[in-house]
Amino acid sequence: MDRETASSIGEDTQPEVKISVDRVFKIFGDRSDTAMRMVREGRGKEEIHAETGCTLGVNDASFDIHAGEIFVIMGLSGSGKSTLLRLINRLIEPTSGAIRVDGQDITKMSKRELIELRRRDMSMVFQSFALLPNLTVLENAAFGLEVAGVPAAERQAKALAALEGVGLGAYAASRPDQLSGGMKQRVGLARALASEPTVLLMDEAFSALDPLIRTEMQDELLRLQSEHSRTIIFVSHDLDEAMRIGDRIAIMQHGNVVQVGTPDEIVMNPANDYVRSFFRNVDVSNVFKAGDIARETQVTLIERKGVAVAAALERMRRHDREVAIVVGRDKRYHGMVSAESLAQAARAGEADPYHKAFLTEVEPIEAAEPLSNVMGRVAESRWPVPVVDERQRYVGSISKSALLMTLDRTTT
Amino acid sequence: MHFDLHIGEGANAVVNYILDHFTPALNFIATVIGFVTDTIKAALTGIPMPVAVIVIVALALWRVSWKFALFSLLALLVIVDMGLWERTMETLSLVLAATVIAIVVGIPLGIAMAKSRIVTVLVRPVLDLMQTMPAFVYLIPAAMFFGLGAVPGTIATVIFAMPPVVRLTNLGIRQVNGEFIEAGLAFGCTARQLLLKVQMPNALPSIMAGINQTIMLSLSMVVIASMIGAGGLGNIVLTGIQRLDVGTGFEGGLAVTVLAVILDRITQSLGQRNTAFSFGRFFGARANRGEVPSSATPPAKT
Repeated sequence: MDRETASSIGEDTQPEVKISVDRVFKIFGDRSDTAMRMVREGRGKEEIHAETGCTLGVNDASFDIHAGEIFVIMGLSGSGKSTLLRLINRLIEPTSGAIRVDGQDITKMSKRELIELRRRDMSMVFQSFALLPNLTVLENAAFGLEVAGVPAAERQAKALAALEGVGLGAYAASRPDQLSGGMKQRVGLARALASEPTVLLMDEAFSALDPLIRTEMQDELLRLQSEHSRTIIFVSHDLDEAMRIGDRIAIMQHGNVVQVGTPDEIVMNPANDYVRSFFRNVDVSNVFKAGDIARETQVTLIERKGVAVAAALERMRRHDREVAIVVGRDKRYHGMVSAESLAQAARAGEADPYHKAFLTEVEPIEAAEPLSNVMGRVAESRWPVPVVDERQRYVGSISKSALLMTLDRTTT
Repeated sequence: MHFDLHIGEGANAVVNYILDHFTPALNFIATVIGFVTDTIKAALTGIPMPVAVIVIVALALWRVSWKFALFSLLALLVIVDMGLWERTMETLSLVLAATVIAIVVGIPLGIAMAKSRIVTVLVRPVLDLMQTMPAFVYLIPAAMFFGLGAVPGTIATVIFAMPPVVRLTNLGIRQVNGEFIEAGLAFGCTARQLLLKVQMPNALPSIMAGINQTIMLSLSMVVIASMIGAGGLGNIVLTGIQRLDVGTGFEGGLAVTVLAVILDRITQSLGQRNTAFSFGRFFGARANRGEVPSSATPPAKT
């Protein structure tokens, strides 16, 4: 939280409210009036659905979004987070309640006023990019300006500037289908920024991207935000993403906003078990692979013909290690020996002391194996467990202490 | 018990009523359609044969492939050799006139269907009727309203051939990706901008498929329409039937087939974005050369 945006809305200064969502409901179905009356009478969701066939998409949402913050709406799929986002620019009409942008209730706006608002103040970034395939990248970036009637030369200059802002100036003449997913979403971002809106709605904007690109895009968003502070409402199902970019987070469950707060507040005081379950779900043992936490802290012995066992034992003693990994010259994993077993094999005068000394109970783990699958074996093993890659090369070992430290990081 | 609803008599009564009371309207329609048909026919038959052949072959080369261009050239020369060039151009002009009218009426109708459930409910059964009613049945009232000649032939053809372009325009617009619509709305499109900038361009392949189907149906109907004096290759086929002259009938049929294949391939290619050769891309690439590197070279990432 060392960003400018975060510091400007510190606790001592009263933050400026940009968008205020006030007792908003969204009911899907033909008999929404009846359903709304039943909601007011305090009847349950199931009962309403059984009687009217309507579903409650957003149930009594109230919260404020501050100017210049990244406000993340988070929840599982079907929790109503995308619906809530679309209520803010009225792509979906709210059934009841008020949504004020700069103090003006958008639910009371005429069609014309709404179109003006969308052209001037709000733009949107979509999960699957929604770039128009018949337009070039530049034309896509200029789309909002074109619709708003900005003259061609001016809108092209602005769109090009926006594309350059996301590092895609060189692709202006390309077609969207020539770009990768990450680049497409940069165009989506440029399109949203070209009209210089004060509010940016982002619907799972990075969810379709692979993890590496997703992180890159999050950084890009934070960089753009540091250059030019906008109010960003970001829908995500990914807690990691929410915590990483969100100044504040609203958590939704079954259409209800169950908690609004900074990431720290939510982690420290989860409102209910549902919120708590998100943190449980951020289980690194599912995220990390065995290879991710394997470290080359063990002594490795390269197996060569005629190498004296004594030198190996000496190295283990000097490094204060009970065990050592025996690898071939190609780094291929051969086995694991203990000082004891190796000394014993040497004493017995074996021709091939390493092989006799291999600890039979130790089986290497595949690097690609999720941590959750191998936790048991690491915990039970007397020694650090060796990890090998798909070509059977030794990549490192996982010790009990390394495992505990990794797991510990997730619970604090 | 036996009911007789006198449906046939009813149909007669409707036709007679229209004849008695709507003559000015019928005359107006006849004038408009006559103008379209005559203009196109005059244009096509006015072009010297070699020029027309070159244009068609060039279109085939541009839109399809050199192989198809070669086929077109040979097939057109066969038509010339059979002495059916004039007739073929007459038929082509009838097809184009009917297609132009079908597009002018059909695309707005298809758009209206996509936008309104009521229009859909009303129009769909009419389209079904137009497509399934045996084609000959249109000829009777068409001839009664408009006499003999190219105008009733064109009208009967339009009725028979219009449904695909209506249906596929409707379908194409309905199938435009929901996120494109949302994007259009989110950036402040009016209903009209949404239609012109988002829905129509994305429905274009489907609409082009509809136009292609309309052209094919027109071609099959134009032969039948020769029975009320529409002229063209249909007359050759008709003559072959009347005289039981297999040779003449076959020649006429072959010319129709050649026309069908060429029209089909060329119009199909219009619906696809990637073409054998594109002027737009050619000139676009030239205009941008120098300032925009090709998309294959990524810029340095920061």
